[in-house]
Amino acid sequence: MDFLTSADFWFLSLTSLAKTIFLIFLVVLPMVSYTVYAERRVSALIQDRVGPNRTGFPTSLIPGISKDFSPFLGGLGQPVADAMKFLLKEDFVPGHVNKLYFWLAPCLAMMPAIVTLAAIPFGSSFLGVKMVVADINVGLLFMFAISSVSVYGIVLAGWSSNSKYPFLGGIRSTSQMISYELCMGLSAVPVLLVCGSTGLSAIVNYQVREGWLLAPFTNGGLSFREIALWVPIIIAFITFTISMFAETNRLPFDLPESETELVAGYHTEYSSMKFALFFLGEYTAMIAGSALIVVLFLGGWHLPFIPDGAGQGGLAFLHAIPSWIWGLVNITAFFAKVAVLLLVFIWVRWTLPRFRYDQLMKLGWLYLFEIALVNIFLTAGILAFTK
Amino acid sequence: MAYVVPRPNLTWKEKIYLPSIVAGMMITFKHLKRMLKGETKVVMQYPEEKWDAQMPEHYRGAPTLVTDEHGRERCVACQLCEFICPPRAITIKPEEIPSGDKFAKVEKRPKVFEIDMIRCIYCGLCEEVCPEQAIFLRKDYAITGITRAEMVHDKAKLYELGGVFTGLVNKWNPKK
Ligand code: SF4
Ligand code: SF4
Repeated sequence: MDFLTSADFWFLSLTSLAKTIFLIFLVVLPMVSYTVYAERRVSALIQDRVGPNRTGFPTSLIPGISKDFSPFLGGLGQPVADAMKFLLKEDFVPGHVNKLYFWLAPCLAMMPAIVTLAAIPFGSSFLGVKMVVADINVGLLFMFAISSVSVYGIVLAGWSSNSKYPFLGGIRSTSQMISYELCMGLSAVPVLLVCGSTGLSAIVNYQVREGWLLAPFTNGGLSFREIALWVPIIIAFITFTISMFAETNRLPFDLPESETELVAGYHTEYSSMKFALFFLGEYTAMIAGSALIVVLFLGGWHLPFIPDGAGQGGLAFLHAIPSWIWGLVNITAFFAKVAVLLLVFIWVRWTLPRFRYDQLMKLGWLYLFEIALVNIFLTAGILAFTK
Repeated sequence: MAYVVPRPNLTWKEKIYLPSIVAGMMITFKHLKRMLKGETKVVMQYPEEKWDAQMPEHYRGAPTLVTDEHGRERCVACQLCEFICPPRAITIKPEEIPSGDKFAKVEKRPKVFEIDMIRCIYCGLCEEVCPEQAIFLRKDYAITGITRAEMVHDKAKLYELGGVFTGLVNKWNPKK
């Protein structure tokens, strides 16, 4: 009982709660809606169209303001309107489905994606509080473990819908996730070898000290070891990113829901908010995936020459500015990197055609898996010889 | 006869596929950049910009009724259009023209002539079948309403949209 009344306990619970609320409700969920908006806008621009550019915020409804607020390219109110639409639409459950699993599937599709975010260090520290919800030293394993649960959402959706297209989508998704999970795990191993830890905070701290893994010159210099390690790290980055695309069911690997063959794949029978949950899950997984790439390869919240939230490191004259500002800068830098990666995700989606199913399997098992495996030995060899 | 499609021999660069991905991404990026700079202009912002000036001669818009140069309604209520109309959008109730009327020798005219614009598919068969050249597809395309009743064009509305049309059918004109 001492523990419950101790100040430490309350401090920990309250800061965790605050961090969770900040991360999920203030950053990730808005980010999801605006990723959808960006997806629509960028896809339109790539295809020489315009995209949603009308929906603003109806500020003219507030007395005293005569104009609607529609800044920038316009259409910034679209995510809000989309969400309203999903909430207000009829929630139709077809008669032939297995009700329990049909209801369970959307939750299972979304929850793992959100839970994985807990282990992501999204900033250095802010007013002395570490900016990660759960600073566990098996962070990477935790992320892999939880994100593989999300396949159950898709499989259950496909199976419980009791109709052929969702079923095919579910089956495809299972085999795809199993194949690419392996490759994803293996391509992260070189990073673990180099950094010597599976804790995501430890990986970021290593990169703050030694330079980002993908850009080792960010700490000022290049040693022979860093140049030698660059090769396996770049290979790991490419295989990891490709498996991440497959893991999050994004084009060119979106076979579980390929519209041209399977109507809408595993969520064909879903409507309104249940459909939106799948959507939310997919985009949250995309954000979690980008965040993981940022943490593993792109230095997490670190920017060269910028001190961390405790006022350490970086250029000396910047230490005069209060350290909480740098804490905020770190958080912003992290999400900016994630946003850039998300844009790349979108860009790739609207460029590449979808793989054929056998090509997808062949790519996963015959190429990526082997490359990732050999890469581990390569990294280990380099590490052993350049000690 | 079986025909064997020869497999292309891919070069090393094509097999690895990554260079083509980058090339493809550059192409899409070029499109995006040109859109952002406003160099591509394909889309029209509809209510502000309209297509009316470029509308082709043969455009089939809303079907309308027309009167001739003497103010006579050209429709003689033969109901051919009503029967040919594929979605049955037209409803006609004929009536006799009273003997005192200026156009009494035409004998018949529509009392009710309604086209349900929710049903109309703008096929133009009514125009094609009409022996009196009384019904024409005009270029109006923005036919909107907030109730179903509003979307049914009655006779007055049809004549208002159609206006006057002269020529071709002269048989009802007084002898010179
Ligand atoms: S255009 Fe075709 S569908 Fe429309 S009223 Fe005439 S015949 Fe009927
Ligand atoms: S519009 Fe033409 S086809 Fe239709 S009833 Fe009148 S005369 Fe006959």
